[in-house]
This record gives sequence, C-alpha cells and structure tokens, in this order.
Amino acid sequence: MNVIQETINWLVSPQTWSADGHDMIARSLEHLQYSAIAVAFAAVLAIPAGWFMGHTRRFSGVIVGITGAARALPTLGLVTLFGLLLGIGLVPPMIALVILAIPSILASTYSGISAIDTSVLDAARAQGFTTRQLIARVHLPLGLAMIVGGLRSAFIQVMSTAILAAYVGAGGLGRFIFLGINTQHTAMLLGASVWIMVLVIVVDVLFGTIQRFATPAGVRRLNATTSAQSSAG
Amino acid sequence: MNWVTNNLETILSALGWHVALSVPAIVAALLCAIPLGWLAHRLPRYSGPIITGSGLLFAIPSLPLLILLPVITGAGMRDGINVVIALTLYGIALLVRSVADGFNSISSETRLAATALGYSGGRRFLTVELPLAAPIILTGLRVVTASTIALCTVGAVLGIPSLGTLFTDGFQRQILAEIITGIVLTLGLAGLFDGLLVVLGKMLMPWQKQVA
Repeated sequence: MNVIQETINWLVSPQTWSADGHDMIARSLEHLQYSAIAVAFAAVLAIPAGWFMGHTRRFSGVIVGITGAARALPTLGLVTLFGLLLGIGLVPPMIALVILAIPSILASTYSGISAIDTSVLDAARAQGFTTRQLIARVHLPLGLAMIVGGLRSAFIQVMSTAILAAYVGAGGLGRFIFLGINTQHTAMLLGASVWIMVLVIVVDVLFGTIQRFATPAGVRRLNATTSAQSSAG
Repeated sequence: MNWVTNNLETILSALGWHVALSVPAIVAALLCAIPLGWLAHRLPRYSGPIITGSGLLFAIPSLPLLILLPVITGAGMRDGINVVIALTLYGIALLVRSVADGFNSISSETRLAATALGYSGGRRFLTVELPLAAPIILTGLRVVTASTIALCTVGAVLGIPSLGTLFTDGFQRQILAEIITGIVLTLGLAGLFDGLLVVLGKMLMPWQKQVA
C-alpha cells in the first residue's frame, strides 16, 4: 500500500510536472513528437508503396511476408542494434522506430486499396476518371479508414518502442523508467509507467475516433446493414 | 562467428529461458482466449466491449506493464512470472478476436444439424464447433506465437533472462555479434514455432486442405 501511496504522491506532485522539476509535460510532448516524426517518415514511404501494391493487386505475398517477419522482429534488438552501430542520440532509435512503423502502414494501405470492389473501380473508369481522380475520389475515401487504422497501430507501437529508445540514450518518457530503475526510485518508476499507459490509451482512443470519422457515411450505413444481417444468423 | 562459438553456453541459456517464458504464455493465452472468444460469439451484445477491451489491452506498452505487474502479483520485479503473465495478457488480447471469428464462421445450419442429431451443447461444442473454428483459431495462434516470442525480449531491460539479454549485454559491452545473434535467434525461434504449429495443424485437422 505504501508503494502505491508514494506513486500517487509522485504523480500529483507539482514538481513532477513543472519545468524546474522532472518536467513530465515537456517529456510527454517530446515523446509524442518523436513518435509522430517516426510515423510520418514511415507513412511517406509506406502509403505510396502500399497504394501501388494494392492498386496493381499483386505482391500480396510480399505483404504477408513483411508483416509476418515484422511481428517476430524484437524491437529491443533493433533499438540496441542501431544504438551500437550509429552511436548514442536521437537518430539511431529514430531509424529503428521508422522501420517498425512501416509494416502496419504498408499492410493496411494495401488491404484498404485492394479491398475496394472492382466494379466500383470499373464504374469510375467508365465515368472517365483519370488515375489522379481515381486516387482522390475513390481510393482515398474508401481506403482512408483502413489507412488510419494502420497509422493507429504504427503510432501505438512506436510510442511503446520509444520507451525502449531511452535505453540507448534518447529522450522521451522512457528516461524516467530507466532513471527509476537505476536509482531505485520506485515511485518514479511506477508513476512514469502509469502515466505512459494513460497517454498511450488516450492516443489509441483518439485514433479510434478519427478512424470512425474517416469512414464515409455511405459505407457506414452499408456496414450497419450487413452487420445486422450477419448477427441475425 | 567467433563470439558465437566462444559463448555457446550463454546463448543456449538465454534460448532456454526464452522458451521457458514464452511457451507457457502461449498455451495459457490459448486456454483463456477460447472461452472468452466463445462468449463474444454467443453474446453478440458483449462482443463489442470484449473485442474493444482486448484491443486496448494490446495497446498497453510492454515495459510499463512489466513494471506495474509486480505491484499486483507481489512477485519480485526480476521474477520471470511477470513476463509470463504479461505475455499471456497480450496473447489473449490478440486471440479473442480470432476465436470469436472462428465460431462466427460456422453456419447456423451446421449447428442446427448437430442439434437435430441429438448432440448435447457440450458435445456439440467439442466435436462440431471447436474443430470447425480451429483453422481460424490456428491462424490467430500463429500471430500470437510470433509476437509473444518477439515481446519476450523486453524483460531483459529489467534483468529477466531471455534472448533479450543478448541485446542488453551486447549493447553495454559493445559486442555487435551478440545483438545480431539475439535478433537472428529470436526470428529463428519464431519461424521454428510457426512451422511446428503448421505441422500440428495438419496433424490435428487432416480434413483441412492447407494452403501454404
């Protein structure tokens, strides 16, 4: 009970959050910023690639292979590998984070685009849509919810892995965990862990909301009728 | 390669710990996810919350979870049991959905036919529903196995032995070969277990025409 009380005290202490103390607000923003940069880099690489693979409806084997291997790839291994190869600082873990963010964005973009009914695409082409119009008015609206879903899982994974990045000297919230471990400061260790969990769950819920709004209203109505049918069985 | 031949004992010990922590977690996750997934299938009203809840559970970062679990379990922070519990929770979070999908994929005609033939609820579950849901559950289990083996390494940061120890030790002592060995073995172990699951699936479900 004592430990829990100390942790709560640490979490509510103004010193934990203020700039002249542990400055958890700035560290949280830093953590979100690193994660956003890594996901943005990964998105720039993975969304066009996933679009191309989904549009041509080939390379599905490549996608299965990449996502399968990515699942088994140990994040800590990647972070320490780049840390050792490229030295301490922000860049090595950032490369690891970008690599980790790519597979889920790639796979979700691929499935979002390739899942579009071919008759919809044929209809668009028959209306005289150019490829650019096809992307902007068909692929993007119909695939967006899936792409946002991929960005969501990438962001969550990057936020988790960014904690480990503090092990090789990067900033962010992981710093408090390793500081807590090394100085046996249990209240800080537990408090920072609780705060990171809260932050990740808030981000996940936010992304979930965005994902819901990213689904076009017509598709939402269609899904509602089909799911009502399937649950009646 | 020199490093590997000179440190076989360290490597094998890390590998042994890794298997000892991840296998019980995978088995426990399967045993917990089957009833939960079945509930999500039987009670459509609760399937939304069960699936959303397990999704949230999977979003929780592993290191903070490993740090907070000892407060709840009372075990020491370096105790392997925390890793097993954390990995089991992640495994359940991933598997519940596959299990529910598996049971949902069975047509109601099949279920009615079994009932008409006089199958009791329990017998129908074991001899009709579970075998029919098994291929989808197996697909989920393969995903869980790969992610469990990868996640197991995180415990090394807290001093819990696993293949992850090769990462922390390799980083601190600046031995590149050690980190690479750890990554290769983690991927290899995941591949091996995946292959075993595929073979096991073919043995247990000979009626299934497996497509690679």
